[in-house]
Amino acid sequence: MSVAVRLPTVLRSSAGGASTVTVEGETVGGAFEDLVRQHPDLRAQLLTDTGELHRHLNVFLNDDDIRYLGKLEAKVGDGDTLTLMPAVAGG
Amino acid sequence: MHHGTFDAVLLMPTEIFELMVAHCLDGYPLEACGLLAGTADRATLAYPTANAAASSRVYAVEPRELLRADRDAEDHGVELIGVWHSHTHTDAYPSPTDIAQAPDPAWHYVLISLRDVEPVLRSYRVVDGTVTEEQVEVQ
Repeated sequence: MSVAVRLPTVLRSSAGGASTVTVEGETVGGAFEDLVRQHPDLRAQLLTDTGELHRHLNVFLNDDDIRYLGKLEAKVGDGDTLTLMPAVAGG
Repeated sequence: MHHGTFDAVLLMPTEIFELMVAHCLDGYPLEACGLLAGTADRATLAYPTANAAASSRVYAVEPRELLRADRDAEDHGVELIGVWHSHTHTDAYPSPTDIAQAPDPAWHYVLISLRDVEPVLRSYRVVDGTVTEEQVEVQ
């Protein structure tokens, strides 16, 4: 499945300045693996040492927060968009 | 360019200033938060959002509202440039949590303190853990 990954401004320098990266995958996890294969500098920004998504990162599959779709195991379809945005939070 | 006491500035129309303060008063006694969109130093759109943490001590912009605001800003030819949130019983200054979790070094961070009878609004840049106050110009 061909998926477009939209990167927030703060991650673009780790992707050679790209704001959108086209990846292949059957799941969100697969899409992320292709993403970090293309741009290794992104790995540390997106995934923890144990391969889970960083808590401070929001990931949307089209209009849905993947937290509600099974996170990295959510299936992706051809032409889907994954939008990454840093969490906006504080105290 | 020098703006009053500070080197940096955040410009906004009166409506946005009032909307931010009203949203924070509405959310009291919990922290309230919202997003600003515009270009660089000028806020032209404001999005009051839910505080997903629903807490008087911490805030988190509800992710789906973050996405919606980002898309709406893009539809208007602008981008997200900052976030505002309230401190219910402390000063209008970024807390250690605010500094540690600041999502974007290019953003403006507006703090609204409800500690006293009169809300206090201040704005800051947070870059690499360094906080710099900026002038807020309401037009």
